Amino acid sequence: MLAVLAEANLLAQADIPDIQWLPLIPHVVMAGAAVVLLTVVSVAGRWLPKWFPAAWTVAAGLAVLATAIPVWIRAWEWGPHSVVAGSIGVDGFSVFIIVLLACTVVLTALVADGFLQRESVDGPAFYVLLMLSAAGGITMASANNLIVLFLGLEILSLAVYVLVAMHLRRAESQEAGIKYFVLGAFASAFLLYGIALVYGATGSLNLAGIENILENERLSDNGLLLAGMAMLLVGFGFKVAAVPFHAWTPDVYQGAPSPVVSYMAAGVKAAGFAALLRVFFAGFGEVADDWQPVVFGLAIASLAVGSMLAIVQTDVKRILAYSSISHAGFILVGVQAAGDGGMVGDRGVASVLFYLAAYAAMAIGSFAVITVVSSPGDEGTALDNLRGLATRRPLLAAAFTVLLLSQAGIPFTAGFWAKFEVITAAVDARSFWLAVIAMLAAVVAAFLYLRIVVAMFLEAPEPDAPRLRIPRGPALAVAIVVLFTLVFGIYPEPLLNLADDAWLNLRLYAH
Amino acid sequence: MDGSMVLPVIIFLPLVGVAAIALIAPSRSEVLKPVAVATSAATGALTLWLMAAFEAGDGGFQFTQLAEWIGSAGISWHVGVDGISLFLVVLTGFLFPIAIVACDPPHDAKAYYIWMLVLETGCLGVFLALDLVLFFLFFEVVLIPMYFLIGKWGHENRKYAATKFFLFTMLGSALMLVGMLALALLAKDYSETGEITFNLIDLAQSASELPTITARWIFLSFALAFAVKVPIFPVHTWLPDAHTEAPTAGSVILAGVLLKLGTYGLVRFGLYLFPEASRYFAPLLFTLGVIGILYGAVVATMQRDLKRLVAYSSVAHLGFIVLGIFSINTEGIEGGLLQMVNHGLSTGALFLLVGFIYERRHTRQISEMIGLQKAAPVLAAVFTVVMLSSVGLPGLNGFVGEFLILAGAFVAHRWWAVVAAAGVILAALYLLWAYQRVFHGTPDDANRSMPDLNWQEKLVMVPLVGLIVFLGVYPKPVIERMEPAVNALIEHMEEVEGFESPTVGDRPEGSFEELRKLKAEYGDEGEGH
Repeated sequence: MLAVLAEANLLAQADIPDIQWLPLIPHVVMAGAAVVLLTVVSVAGRWLPKWFPAAWTVAAGLAVLATAIPVWIRAWEWGPHSVVAGSIGVDGFSVFIIVLLACTVVLTALVADGFLQRESVDGPAFYVLLMLSAAGGITMASANNLIVLFLGLEILSLAVYVLVAMHLRRAESQEAGIKYFVLGAFASAFLLYGIALVYGATGSLNLAGIENILENERLSDNGLLLAGMAMLLVGFGFKVAAVPFHAWTPDVYQGAPSPVVSYMAAGVKAAGFAALLRVFFAGFGEVADDWQPVVFGLAIASLAVGSMLAIVQTDVKRILAYSSISHAGFILVGVQAAGDGGMVGDRGVASVLFYLAAYAAMAIGSFAVITVVSSPGDEGTALDNLRGLATRRPLLAAAFTVLLLSQAGIPFTAGFWAKFEVITAAVDARSFWLAVIAMLAAVVAAFLYLRIVVAMFLEAPEPDAPRLRIPRGPALAVAIVVLFTLVFGIYPEPLLNLADDAWLNLRLYAH
Repeated sequence: MDGSMVLPVIIFLPLVGVAAIALIAPSRSEVLKPVAVATSAATGALTLWLMAAFEAGDGGFQFTQLAEWIGSAGISWHVGVDGISLFLVVLTGFLFPIAIVACDPPHDAKAYYIWMLVLETGCLGVFLALDLVLFFLFFEVVLIPMYFLIGKWGHENRKYAATKFFLFTMLGSALMLVGMLALALLAKDYSETGEITFNLIDLAQSASELPTITARWIFLSFALAFAVKVPIFPVHTWLPDAHTEAPTAGSVILAGVLLKLGTYGLVRFGLYLFPEASRYFAPLLFTLGVIGILYGAVVATMQRDLKRLVAYSSVAHLGFIVLGIFSINTEGIEGGLLQMVNHGLSTGALFLLVGFIYERRHTRQISEMIGLQKAAPVLAAVFTVVMLSSVGLPGLNGFVGEFLILAGAFVAHRWWAVVAAAGVILAALYLLWAYQRVFHGTPDDANRSMPDLNWQEKLVMVPLVGLIVFLGVYPKPVIERMEPAVNALIEHMEEVEGFESPTVGDRPEGSFEELRKLKAEYGDEGEGH
């Protein structure tokens, strides 16, 4: 009796924040759907049809999409604000990323559908981990508190470590899993240490609090803050695969099951960039002059290394892995331009959001095509295997070409406007040379996309090439992303405005 | 037809053909060509109507259409035609049906016609766009159909040539995108509304307020993109490969239309947006133009491959056009514009003829052909006319353009005009020599039985030869439509920079004695301008 009373007393004393649930619904739905799926399948697994986990995941993703709408409306009605004692931000920026992650989950589930059966690694585990990881990503994108952000990042990462190693009978998959895990854990340690140093320097873990302190007070020890920021950059740089923290990317992309790669390229990268932008724009916006040059360097290194090394690869997955590094460089160009936080006309954040959306579509689509083209055992992703795809499967080749041209930034694709926006942001921030380097890298990168197109269209197929079976799930996913790429390639205004609004809403909050 | 709707119809009509062709069932492949020909011919007819309806004395843009497209980024759908672009549009509308009629693809006919028509839309869009981003979109998107045309239907080395073509051109335009955005963003501060815009007309006003150095840098980024496309020496190396490896129709369009995208861009965007920078860099550009004339001619003389010879002759001809444009006076620019059309006709026709020969003999080596005149007299006759037009024989179209260019260049930079005139002689040398080797002499067994032109081939050559003669004898209809626009351009440039271009007879007052003294004092600067 006494113990119970004491406990109640403690509870009353503890500072339990008033929790408003509405903005948390997307988080809860995504994580909850994963847990429910796990439970249902373990209890009633044998009576459920084979397609159930995939369908459930698609439904969960769509539900998150639906629940994001009221949050978006609230962010505009209330202005950007935070809930749960200031640790979860409710703003256009986070909603944009939530929507993006939800779409990624839906599309990845579609891509995985036929693949898992073909590879006989069927089961709910893939979908559970996928949704859990996305839940972590959602938390990362909306975290206003460095510890919450770290929790989100770990949830996201741990799930992906397992996903990478999902293909039990494939040694490369196991190796990739270990590699990603060891290096990822190392990067997480950096991140955590960085958080500690930032806390030591500013006395706050809350982004708004950090911003407030940097704005109003003179720090006694600037070195501590700089070291903290540097370590945070290392941690995020690893997640988004920026050079020089990119070394894992080609091996892991090549080894991991193809649908997982499409999620990593689209979802994990988006979550990583969201967190990076959130922390550095909303938290460290005041000291942008300190971190901008470093991002500048990371951007150039990623652009150069990504596009140059991609040229000499012979495996399509590796080519696209290096190209994803180059894309990370492009996005960093936008991040760098976002550094002039608060300046009217600054378009960095909006350009990054647009780029992330466009890139997610291209990446998921490209890896979906590779999933379909690869032979059982997740082998056969060499460039030679794509030879003559245009005669074997003309529509698939055409779709892949659209996606590749979009990656190259050719007009009338979403990828063109993504590059256009990022370069606009860079020029607007007067980073002319960075813009020039980025465009030169884009030309180098165009060469490798052309290599794939050449293989598909201009080379004859192997005479004994097997007939390709295209499952419905990946076909639907590719159709959706190609439609997305073309529609927003011809009329990008709605998406541009959405990204603009999302940024505007965050900006109001940070300044 | 409503005047403002005609340009969008012209631009998108080929795409209607693309949709139609895409829907044709594989079993009905015989209707592919008629549909493609009909679409491109209808587009060509519309461009002819455009020329007829064009108000000759008006130097401004006509048939304009302006609609907001991506409002937040200041990008609009803005198209219009003036005397500078009119004949390039007509040339495009004219050459495409000819190229499509003249050559049948050996395989994958459906994709071939689709790419040809997409290419036509892209080219027309480039010439008609009056919004920088819209222009850039068309300018870039042209690469894709051309890439596939070269890569899929070209000769032995096609993959290399296609990739090289794509990357070279993209490299140039990549930097132009940065320059374009810098222009729009920096000029925003000088515009009346203070809003970002890519509208050419608005930008021309605000761009003139930019600091000189800034404008020069931005001009350079534009000039590089266009220089690759033209191509100006020393960024011309993609051209011989692309021209030689492309299928015949591809070469015709590449030489006839695509190269003009670059020279047109130099006039429309280089001169118009950056008068001061154009004049500042003019010595560099016309020097490169003159180098191109001589270099192209010398290299063409040395070629063993007939198609490559014609390709290098393009480098020389385009050098002439660049020289004319950067004389920055009415004669020079007019001559340049006229020569764009002439080069499209004569080099397009040359590529067609070389293609006809290749189809018969399956070789392009000059050494393997001899005495074709005996076997194919009609082909030889047509070749003679076209070649002489390319050489610049008076009475044919090439002469008028070259004469105007040299007249303009002489006023602006006397000695360069003298050197360039030598290029005309070299052109006679390499073309006549090639003609002599291929058509004269006694045919050996392989060449004796070569069939002459068939009716289809004669049909496509008739309008080309007709125009070559017509423009040589009576170029007035073209020039009177060009002149107001060129004058307006020159006026705009002078107004912006407060500079008066020198004309013939613009000599300082005074006796020859005084002049000599002045010359001794100031060196050669007193001469010319």
